[in-house]
Amino acid sequence: MNFEPILLARANNPRPASVDAYRTDGGYAAFERVLKEKQPVEVVTQVKDSGLRGRGGAGFPTGLKWTFLPKDHPGPIYLCINADESEPCTYNNRILMEKDPHQVLEGIMLACYAIKSPVAYFYIRYEYGDAYRALQAAIDECYSAGLLGKNIHGTNFSLDIYMHRGAGAYICGEETGLIESLEGKRAWPRIKPPFPAIEGAFRKPTIVNNVETLACVTQIMRRGNDWFKSLGVPPDPKNPRDAGSYGPKLYTIAGHVNTPKCVELPMGITVRDLVEKHGGGVWKGRKVKSVNPGGLSMGFIDVNAKLKDSDLTEYDIPLDFNGPGKVGCLGLGTAAITVIDDQTSMVDVLHNVCQFFSHESCGQCTPCREGTGWMLKITDRLRRGQGRREDLDILVDVADRIGIMPGTTICGLADGAGWPVKTAIRKFRTEFEAAIKDGTRSQYAKSLELVGAH
Amino acid sequence: MLLAASFLVVSFFDLGAAMPVLSERVKSEIQALLPRYPRKQAVTLPALHLVHDEMRYVSTEAIVEIAALLDLHPSEVQDTMTFYQFFKDKEADKLGTNRVWVCRGLACMLRGAYELIEHCETKLNVHCGHTTKDGKITLEFAECIGACDGAPALLINDVHVMNVDEAGADQLIAELQAK
Repeated sequence: MNFEPILLARANNPRPASVDAYRTDGGYAAFERVLKEKQPVEVVTQVKDSGLRGRGGAGFPTGLKWTFLPKDHPGPIYLCINADESEPCTYNNRILMEKDPHQVLEGIMLACYAIKSPVAYFYIRYEYGDAYRALQAAIDECYSAGLLGKNIHGTNFSLDIYMHRGAGAYICGEETGLIESLEGKRAWPRIKPPFPAIEGAFRKPTIVNNVETLACVTQIMRRGNDWFKSLGVPPDPKNPRDAGSYGPKLYTIAGHVNTPKCVELPMGITVRDLVEKHGGGVWKGRKVKSVNPGGLSMGFIDVNAKLKDSDLTEYDIPLDFNGPGKVGCLGLGTAAITVIDDQTSMVDVLHNVCQFFSHESCGQCTPCREGTGWMLKITDRLRRGQGRREDLDILVDVADRIGIMPGTTICGLADGAGWPVKTAIRKFRTEFEAAIKDGTRSQYAKSLELVGAH
Repeated sequence: MLLAASFLVVSFFDLGAAMPVLSERVKSEIQALLPRYPRKQAVTLPALHLVHDEMRYVSTEAIVEIAALLDLHPSEVQDTMTFYQFFKDKEADKLGTNRVWVCRGLACMLRGAYELIEHCETKLNVHCGHTTKDGKITLEFAECIGACDGAPALLINDVHVMNVDEAGADQLIAELQAK
């Protein structure tokens, strides 16, 4: 199937970043038309009806989230843009921001018009310096062009967009952690409810949306819902709770492939196609062993594990909002896949994962703070060849007990820390058991001293 | 005990008042950000960045001055700052002219990040988190920097450098040392 990228159309054929070039390509026409012809509630309804689900990881329906704002609130209502993209192996938002910042800004303008927000805070991770500068330049242009500021195009609608840089903390991608960080505090996630739509930034109603979600809003308002719904996967008729997986999606491919890159495809491509067709296959002529389907928090698939009553394997699952869940993964996540070849030790991979979560646990909830540390210690023991027989069960036990789902933590970081541990050990248990039995020492075990350096 | 504590707090403030450490430029840049937010505290992170960029660490005196500009108690600024391991808070740990972050995220690890970190440590003769003797380069490891299409990757300050092999790292280091 030939699919013409929409979200990446300008990024793929490098076009000048300027507002004029963006306008030549049809940019800001949707925003200006909406400003003139539509009521805010009509925009909310259209986005709700489009079936757009948030691209940040949880897949919550965007328009529905907007309807949670209190009606007739005296304001201000805030929009926060979540550009803290820190989920390991994920980089699709960076591409959008660096290569086509105006598409994102138009989405922000449309969203702010819809939710009646006069101020948008663009929270961007510090590591994205180039994206930050591209966006700031684009924002400055918009002020000069009269697209931002007071009474835009003579209407009652005013909007300011402010860039706000993070300082290297994964937890700021959790929406209430982001809000706390924006407010100048430690980025400790809040207990919900109240959800941000009721009480968010500065105790005012707040919507937090992901960068790619906002780029989708631009295209939905430009191209309409029929276009959006012509792509992707409709709801599963057997599952009344499924909201479908409509629209284009940016998939990023990383790890052991020949051509790591970000591709835009209709939602629902299989892992196999993504690796073999778009990622150029596994590098060095090797075979794939495992794939992480959507950011580390989602867990692992075993490409050789057969699916029930089928010749297909886990390699063939579709990457839509339902696919990864069917093989024990947490979900679609950020749709960022990482490929692990057959020469790589899952012990090393899992140690790296535990190292990340232990470093990034914010420390607020004891089960997560201590649990991620324990999992790191145990996986370190495994890679030093000093694993104990009971270690695998302890790891799974810890992973099962920490998180918002078992109900022991405030946010989902710990669920994300547990999932890769559970899935790796369940699916590659023989490899872990063999490592314990043989006492194999990882080639990387010596670099452990780095862990304590920070 | 209580008396001693309040004496300490008083001298904490006096110190700040007696020897201003923030430059006029940084102060006015911090003040220019205030109208953007409904609460002054929201300028904490931007202010810390401005001070950290200029002074290469955030001293206790600087924290007192930031707090005064934002109508906060110094402990509130300190509380926020120490959450982000990003900021150096001791003169001994002062940043070098450039800060090089080598990514150790899974995508980079799978393509040689651990070897790259070790190579840089040997080449610069410092462990991650430390600065070379000539004060030019601070070496750090980073959790995933979102440059996985160019793994292994690193950041020079806040700019990505993709597909860095050992020879590439040597060249980057040489360029930074020549600056």
